[in-house]
Amino acid sequence: MLAGMTTNVVFGLLRVAILVAALKAANGEIADYDIAAANTYVWIGQGLLGFVLLWGTNELAERVRSGDVVVDLYRPWHLQGALLAEDVGRGGYAFLTRLAPPMLLGMLVFPFQFPASPYQWPLFLVSAVIALVTCFGCRFLVEVSAFWLLDNRGLYGFWNISSGLLCGLTVPIAFFPEWAREALWMTPFPALVQAPIDVFLGHGSVVKLLLYQLFWAAVVLALGHLALQRAVRKVVLQGG
Amino acid sequence: MIEVSELRREFKVATSKGLRRKYKTVTAVDGVTFGVEAGEAVGYVGPNGAGKSTTIKMLTGILVPTSGHIRVNGVDPSKQRRDLAKRIGVVFGQRSQLWWDLPLVDSFDLLKSIYRVSAQDYRTRLDECVELLGLQELLITPVRQLSLGQRMRGEITAALLHAPELLVLDEPTIGLDLESKERLREFLSDINARRGTTLLLTTHDLDDIERLCPRLMVIDHGRVLADGPLEELRAEVTPERELVIDLREPGPAPDVPGVTAVRSEANGLRHHLTFRRAEMTAAQLITQVVRQVEVHDLAVVEPEIDDVIRKLYQRQVAQDIRR
Repeated sequence: MLAGMTTNVVFGLLRVAILVAALKAANGEIADYDIAAANTYVWIGQGLLGFVLLWGTNELAERVRSGDVVVDLYRPWHLQGALLAEDVGRGGYAFLTRLAPPMLLGMLVFPFQFPASPYQWPLFLVSAVIALVTCFGCRFLVEVSAFWLLDNRGLYGFWNISSGLLCGLTVPIAFFPEWAREALWMTPFPALVQAPIDVFLGHGSVVKLLLYQLFWAAVVLALGHLALQRAVRKVVLQGG
Repeated sequence: MIEVSELRREFKVATSKGLRRKYKTVTAVDGVTFGVEAGEAVGYVGPNGAGKSTTIKMLTGILVPTSGHIRVNGVDPSKQRRDLAKRIGVVFGQRSQLWWDLPLVDSFDLLKSIYRVSAQDYRTRLDECVELLGLQELLITPVRQLSLGQRMRGEITAALLHAPELLVLDEPTIGLDLESKERLREFLSDINARRGTTLLLTTHDLDDIERLCPRLMVIDHGRVLADGPLEELRAEVTPERELVIDLREPGPAPDVPGVTAVRSEANGLRHHLTFRRAEMTAAQLITQVVRQVEVHDLAVVEPEIDDVIRKLYQRQVAQDIRR
């Protein structure tokens, strides 16, 4: 927990330094981001990273590989629902230990752009929770692929490498060329990090952002449900 | 409790490597038919790869049969997996359903919620298992720190908290020492007798069957080879038993009428006498032997379960040829 928090903060400092240097070189503003907005963007991003658990474990896939998943499957529960519940519970803890600390640090020590309206605080929270659910749904899809691939480590690694860039954690999606921006907003990735940040900063319409997030949360969860159902129906469970 | 008829399950197995793989179909379970009544205790045995686990996966609904008919507790397992899961318990000797990092009692609490067991039922059932299995001291120990024997006792408790009508055990005694095995068997036979919980267990340990299961089902190559009481099957396929005697002084083997073969070891210190179970009992033979020689130690050897199964299999092949 402490290690995670420290890493978040150190990387936050690095990212703030780089982003601010870039902004100064560009006369203090790039695509809606001034110094304060950039700081805010970095510290919320650092917090969300651990809250939505962008880079999670590959545990379910490992259990598929070893065959231990039979134990999960014969319980009288909906496996995806049970794991989602577990992840939401984890989120409650991560809110206190991973999301709040970097944001507080940003507010207290760095130039910070506070929301213009008080409603943005609860709306940000709603958006962050939808981001958590969507992120769970995406990771679940990556893990469930193990039923077919058996060894999904390639896909898992690809997710880990690409998701940071695609969801707007590395640089704001607003910095991308227009074609890439439009393409990305047609995928679930910005729903994981960029959308809650935009809600907080007041970039774009809040209603649109939340609807966009809800849409993708529903899509990835539904796909995960279907994939699991198919997997159980036709796929071989490993081990004697 | 269980109704199975003409159950089949096929798997595709790759027979070559590379981009254009060829597949062949392997039949793991090939037309299995049997029934189990409520309250029975049935041993399901067969060599590795015989189709035991595949059958169990289909009975619990986590594997869909290629063809055939299954009813467990009156429902089709793969279609009503979740309903069924509430009414049956499963223990896999090689897997764990407990949470690795949590204390044992936390795993039980979680299962209580998952299976929606009332607080009162949970208390009574847990107390009973804790007492009979001696878990009191282990309840607050994280599962990762338990020995295999301790963990198995936890696994069995976990499978019984929702009072299942059927308990399926896949090699429950694998890897356990003799004392742990004995304790587990005693507990299971108690549960079967008192609660009337139906037991279906697979095992490679003949003693499990002998202590627990009045009925034995033998499967090999996906087919049921025999089904009946263990003693009957053993007598039927292996009519001969063996008496091993160790003498005080080396000497010739005693000559008893009815002994069909004699094998001597260690310069005449040890003799193996083979006799037919239909013709004399072990007690009769021993009485005659001790009249002739001074015996230091003796043991009656029953044919190993693998021998029984092998003989059953040979018989099946012979029948197939005759047909």
